[in-house]
Amino acid sequence: MNPPKILLLHAHPHPRKSKLNKHMLNAVADLDNVTVKQLYELYPDFQIDVEKEQQALLEHDVIVFQHPMYWYSAPALLKEWLDCVLEHGFAYGEAGTALTGKHFLSVVSAGSEKTSYDPVGHNRFTTEQLLAPFEQTAALCNMLWQAPKILYGGFKIDKETLDQHCASYREHLQHYTIETEQ
Amino acid sequence: MEEHSLLLSVFIYLLAAVVAVPIATKLGLGAVLGYLLAGIIIGPWVLGLVTEASHVMHFAEFGVVMLLFLIGLELNPAKLWEMRKPIIGQGGLQVLLSGLIIGGVALAFGLRWEYALVAGMALALSSTAIVLQIMDEKNLLPTPAGQSGFSILLFQDIAVIPMLAILPLLSVTGAGGESEGIFGVLKALIALALIYFSGKYLLPPIFRYIAATRMREVFTAFALLLVVGVAILMDAVGLSMALGTFMVGVLLSESEYRHELEADIEPFKGLLLGLFFISVGMTVNFGLLIDNPLLILCLVIGLVTVKALVLYFIAVRGKIPSAERLQFSILLSQGGEFAFVLLSTAMAAGAIDDGTSGILTVVVALSMLTTPLLIVLVERYFTPAIIDGEKPEMDVPNEHNEVIIAGFGRVGQIIARMIGARNIGATILDHNPEHIERISKFGFKAYYGDATRMDLLETAGIANAKILVIALDGNDQAVQLAHEAKRHYPDLVILSRAWDVVHAIELMKAGVEMPQRETIYSSLKIAEDVLMNLGYGAYEARQVTAKFERHDQEILHGLYSAETLEDRISIGRDLRGKFEAQMQSDAEYREKTEPDWS
Repeated sequence: MNPPKILLLHAHPHPRKSKLNKHMLNAVADLDNVTVKQLYELYPDFQIDVEKEQQALLEHDVIVFQHPMYWYSAPALLKEWLDCVLEHGFAYGEAGTALTGKHFLSVVSAGSEKTSYDPVGHNRFTTEQLLAPFEQTAALCNMLWQAPKILYGGFKIDKETLDQHCASYREHLQHYTIETEQ
Repeated sequence: MEEHSLLLSVFIYLLAAVVAVPIATKLGLGAVLGYLLAGIIIGPWVLGLVTEASHVMHFAEFGVVMLLFLIGLELNPAKLWEMRKPIIGQGGLQVLLSGLIIGGVALAFGLRWEYALVAGMALALSSTAIVLQIMDEKNLLPTPAGQSGFSILLFQDIAVIPMLAILPLLSVTGAGGESEGIFGVLKALIALALIYFSGKYLLPPIFRYIAATRMREVFTAFALLLVVGVAILMDAVGLSMALGTFMVGVLLSESEYRHELEADIEPFKGLLLGLFFISVGMTVNFGLLIDNPLLILCLVIGLVTVKALVLYFIAVRGKIPSAERLQFSILLSQGGEFAFVLLSTAMAAGAIDDGTSGILTVVVALSMLTTPLLIVLVERYFTPAIIDGEKPEMDVPNEHNEVIIAGFGRVGQIIARMIGARNIGATILDHNPEHIERISKFGFKAYYGDATRMDLLETAGIANAKILVIALDGNDQAVQLAHEAKRHYPDLVILSRAWDVVHAIELMKAGVEMPQRETIYSSLKIAEDVLMNLGYGAYEARQVTAKFERHDQEILHGLYSAETLEDRISIGRDLRGKFEAQMQSDAEYREKTEPDWS
C-alpha cells in the first residue's frame, strides 16, 4: 500500500529568525510523501489562492499544521487560511464533504516548558486545551483529530533534544499509517 | 551705445515673449502664434521697436538647428531606418506634388519657367520649427499623423540640399557664378563622412572625459560647441545645418549622455526658437501687403489650400486615421523658413527677381501665421470625433459613466481593464488614434482629442462623473487638467499618475489628493525581491516594503507642505534622515529582542 500523502502547512512569519521550526521542516521536507507549503512565503500579503489550496487538500490524506505557538494560537496567516479555504459547501455543510476522513495533525513549538502549560503553571491551560479551536474545526469538517506533536522549552533547548525531536518527527511522517477500519 | 542697444533689443524681445506667449496660451492659441504676434507688434510695421529682423532671424535659425539635434537624439539609427519608407514615399510625394502644382500656377501667372521652378521648390517646403513646436505642444509626435509629418519634414530638410545646388543653374542674369560641380558634392560627402565617424568613434570618449570633470557648465559648453561646430561645418560645405546636427543627434542617441545633452540643449532651443518665431513676425512686410492686399491674400489662401489638399491626399493614401487627417493636412500647410533661405539665395544667384521674391516672402510669412490659427479652429469645430466602441452590446454601460480616464496609454489601459473587469464603465479621452482603436476592443466610450480641453471633458460628461483619472503622458498637461477640473468641479475626485516627486507635488497643489508616482511600486517591488534574494522571508520583505512606502508617503506630504524651496530641501533631508535612522534602530531592536525559540 502507498504511504498516505501528507500536506504540511507551515506558518512562520520570520523564517530568518526561526530555529526550531526551520530544523523541523528541514527534517521532513525531502520526504516523498510530504508536500510542504510555507504559507508566509506563498501569501506574504495574505491574499490566499483559495482554489489552489482546496485542490491541494483534495489531493492529500493527512493535513499537518506546523507552527510556533503565537499568543496561544497559530500565526495570523494560518487563521486567515482557515477562514478562506474551509468554505461552506467544501469543508463543511451539507455538500461540504471534501475533507471527510482525512487526518488532522497539529505540530506546535512552544517557548516555555511543559510545566507552564498547566492549570497551576503560568500559562494556566494545557496546550491540548489551547488547541481546542483547531480540534473542533477538524471535527466540523469530519476530519480525524490526531494527538498533537508539541515541542516545549524552545527558549532553552539544546541541540541534542532538538535533533531527537526532529528525528522522531521525520520517523512519524515517513511511516505514517492510516488504519482502514471501515 | 552699441552694447546698450543690443541689451535693449534683448530686453524688448524677452518682454514681448513674456507678455504675448502666456496670453496666447491662455486664449488657447498656442505659444507659436504668441511669438509670431509678439514679433509683428514689436516689428517695424506696428511699434517699430526693433528693426534688425533679418539678422536676428539668421541667428535664431539656430533654434531650428538645435531642435533637429534634439529630435535626432530621440531617434536611434534603427528607428530611422524603419522610417525610410514614409520619409521617401510620403516626403517625396509631398514635395513633388506641391512643387509641381505651385510651379504650374506660377507659370500660369506668366512667370518665367526658372522663377516658377524656384517658387515651386521654395513654397513646397514646410516650417520645421512651427510644425514641431505645435506637435510638441500637443504631444502629437507619437501619433501616426505626427510620424508622417515628421517623415515629410525630414525629407524636405534633405531635399533642400539639391534645391540649393541647382539654383545657380537657373540663373537668368548669370549672376550666380560658377557652381562647384563635382568638387562641391565631394566636399559635402567628406563632411558627412567626417560627422559620421567622429560621432561614432570620437565623441563617446570625449564625452566621457568631459563628464569626468564633473563640471556641469563645461559639459553644457561642449554640447553647444558640438552643435555650433557641426552647423559651421555643414554651412561651409553648403549643406543644411539642421540636417548635420540631426545626424549627430542620431549618432549620439544611443550614448549614455543622451539625457544630459537633451537637458542642456533644451533651454537654448526653446529660447532661440521663440526668437525665430518673433523674427518671422517682424519680417512680415506689411508694406507689400498694403500695396497688393488682394493678390497676397489670394496667394496665401491658395498656397495653404494647395498644400493642405496634397497632404490630405497623402493622408488618405498613407492610411492615417480619418480623425487625424484634417489636423495633419493643416499642420504642414504653411511655407517654411527654408523658403526664406532659398528665395534669398535664388535672388543672389539671379534665379528670381526682387519683386517676385518679396511677394513670396510675405506670402510664406503670412502662411506661417495661419497654421496655429487653423489648428485652433480645427480643434474647436472639427474634433472631437466621438468614437464609440464597436460592440455597443457589451454589458459595460456606455452612458453616464462615473469614471473618466484621460489618457489611454500604458497606465490608462491597465486601469480601464481592471475596472472593466468589475463591470464598471469608463469614458476615455485620448488624442492618439492607435490608442482609440484599442479602446473599441473593450467596448468603452471614447472621445478623440486633447484631454486638457474643458469643452471636450464636458462633452464626455464630466459634470455627471464622480472620478477623473489622469493618465496623460505630458506632465504639464496633467497638472493643467487637474487644476482646471478642480476649479470647475470642486467635488470631483481626481486621481492621477505622477512622473516624480516634483510632479506629484505640483499635482497635489492642483487638487489631486494622492498622486501615484509611476515608478514607485515597481521600484519597491524590485527592492523587495532584493531582500528576498538575500534570505528575507516573503512576508518580512513585504513588511519592510510597506513600512518604507508609508514613510515615503510621509516624506511626500512633508515636502508638499513646505512653503519654499529651501524648506523643501531641508524638510526632505530631515525626514529622510529620521526615517533611515528609525529603520536601522528598528532592525537592530528586532535582532536583539525577538524571541529566537520559534
